[in-house]
Amino acid sequence: MKILIADDNASDRFLLSKIISKQGHEVVEAENGKHAIDCYVKEAPDIILMDVLMPELNGKEAAKEIKRIAGEDLVPIIFLTSLVDAQSLADCLEAGGDDFLTKPYNHIILKAKIDAFVRMRNMHATLQKQRDTIAANNQHMLHEQRVAKAVFDNVAHSGCLDATNIKYMLSPLAVFNGDVLLAARKPSGGMHVFLGDFTGHGLPAAIGAMPMAEIFYGMTAKGFALRDILREINLKLKSILPVGFFCCAAVVDLSFTKRSVSMWMGGVPDCYLLSQQGTQLKTLRSHHLPLGVLSSDQFDVEMTEHSMDFEDRLFMWSDGIVEARDSAGNMFGEERLQAVFKQNTHPDLLFEAVKESVNIFVGETERDDDTTLIELKMVDESELEQSELVLEQRMTTDPSDWKIDYELGVDSLKYFNPLPLLMHIVMEVPALRAMGGQLFTVVAELISNAFEHGVLKLDSALKSTPAGFVDFYTLREKRVNELNSGFIKINMTHSSAEGRSGIFCITIEDSGEGFDYAKKTSENKPQDENKFSGRGIPLIYSLCHSLEYIGCGNKVVAEIHWPQKNVAK
Amino acid sequence: MGVQSNIDSSGKELTVKIDGRFDFSAHQEFRDAYEGIPADVNSYVVDLGDTSYLDSSALGMLLLLRDHAGGDNANIKIIKCNEDVRKILTISNFEQLFTIQ
Repeated sequence: MKILIADDNASDRFLLSKIISKQGHEVVEAENGKHAIDCYVKEAPDIILMDVLMPELNGKEAAKEIKRIAGEDLVPIIFLTSLVDAQSLADCLEAGGDDFLTKPYNHIILKAKIDAFVRMRNMHATLQKQRDTIAANNQHMLHEQRVAKAVFDNVAHSGCLDATNIKYMLSPLAVFNGDVLLAARKPSGGMHVFLGDFTGHGLPAAIGAMPMAEIFYGMTAKGFALRDILREINLKLKSILPVGFFCCAAVVDLSFTKRSVSMWMGGVPDCYLLSQQGTQLKTLRSHHLPLGVLSSDQFDVEMTEHSMDFEDRLFMWSDGIVEARDSAGNMFGEERLQAVFKQNTHPDLLFEAVKESVNIFVGETERDDDTTLIELKMVDESELEQSELVLEQRMTTDPSDWKIDYELGVDSLKYFNPLPLLMHIVMEVPALRAMGGQLFTVVAELISNAFEHGVLKLDSALKSTPAGFVDFYTLREKRVNELNSGFIKINMTHSSAEGRSGIFCITIEDSGEGFDYAKKTSENKPQDENKFSGRGIPLIYSLCHSLEYIGCGNKVVAEIHWPQKNVAK
Repeated sequence: MGVQSNIDSSGKELTVKIDGRFDFSAHQEFRDAYEGIPADVNSYVVDLGDTSYLDSSALGMLLLLRDHAGGDNANIKIIKCNEDVRKILTISNFEQLFTIQ
């Protein structure tokens, strides 16, 4: 160790210097306070032995200044004093000294004290190094999170959370709390909304959210049903998350045309459905285990359906709201939440009221980043902005002239929905992708007709009354179960003229007996579109360039041209 | 927060008791309670009589125990839940995986 001895008395200095060198330490000497400070700066001693009474600048002042210069570093100062009364000794320590040594100097005690301070210095240095390492690791982790968030945002960005019928509150770093909000318009109309709460925090929570968001958006855009999407997500999470990790979720299929919502809830707190201009409040409970817990064959996709009139609202949240704490540690709780709903008189202001209420409760000291809240309002789909379909960037060229024959036998007809697969093929053509919704409607309607009226031989006239509607579907289920023969043949072709225009043609033939299409087309007038029955033919007519029935009526050919000359709606 | 465990006189049933908050801090102790015990043990009891609170990491720990105890064939009873704990288990629908008394 290098030890600085500051003492105005030369013989005292000499004496101490001898003792200390004999103990193996390097010695530096100063004769007054000011000199001591200069010496400290120049020589950087490890320990200082400082006389209290010195000319120029006394020991206490010098000690103060040296401590200030040292800053965060620990440089122990031992005061040398001939005063022995308790108060004077205490004053020394108060002045910034770490210890004192009284004259006459005892070399045993001096050695013991020096050794003790050496240990303390080493410990201090270790602590500083550890602290710096922790700080650096923390910075690194924050940086990693920023990168992960950027990647996640790109995946989650394709959603429609900004649609006019959605209000939401989500912290920008929510993905690291495990909270996820996804929303996507369906090509056939309506929207899927997903509120998720992963176990855990930080990167492990965010990592699960990414493949999940990809599946959600990818499958919704391709026209898959929510049940299929849920199965796929559960399978994915079960396979990638370790045991004990899962995602609580509330998943919604909102239909603007049917004015209803289908829900699947697993492990999330109760949701509220507000209807009748805000006078009726329905509580919706979770009936399922969270996603990622059960294997495929045990996973239950049963959904519950609720009607939603125009302007009815569905409120969903993660447990962050109920568990939000104030400075005393009390939880916001369900009672307070229910109170906000009961006291509200303007449904339109309810969302803000809940936000306000939580913010006031939590207080200003703690910004609560864990609260995730979403409101979905039932509206007319035409009110929503036409969302631009974000077309994927492709490196390969797109298929412009192709044809495909696809035939479904009995077993496939009973259990398999060919629509997503067929739409996938159609969507490979960029121009057709832009018309996704319309094409989906046409293909779905034609296949449905071929199956229900052709193969199952169900009469569409049954659907003319609400009661008949139910009978129709009961009979449909019965006939599907009893089906033992039949087929549907689908042929699709596409050709394009130098990529500027194109023709898509779909031909569907079923094993049924056909129908008197000449009679039907002469009967149908535009207003028949809204009746329960009918083959929805007028609707398709307005979308297709041409629609022809062939033979006995069990074969139909629909042609769609792009770009579309008339703006169909 | 503390985890106690004991095996009954038949040597076949392990009881694990968690006092206080059952959260991530109990992780290691909880695992130590059931890992490395004699292979004779084939039924488990999780006593939450003195458990004040359960969070999602606790739910995860229960799933880990279930996986260790044989997954679908596991014989696990969760007993003496207070109202708050019961509520959390109900919302997560854990009675579909565990016998809750």
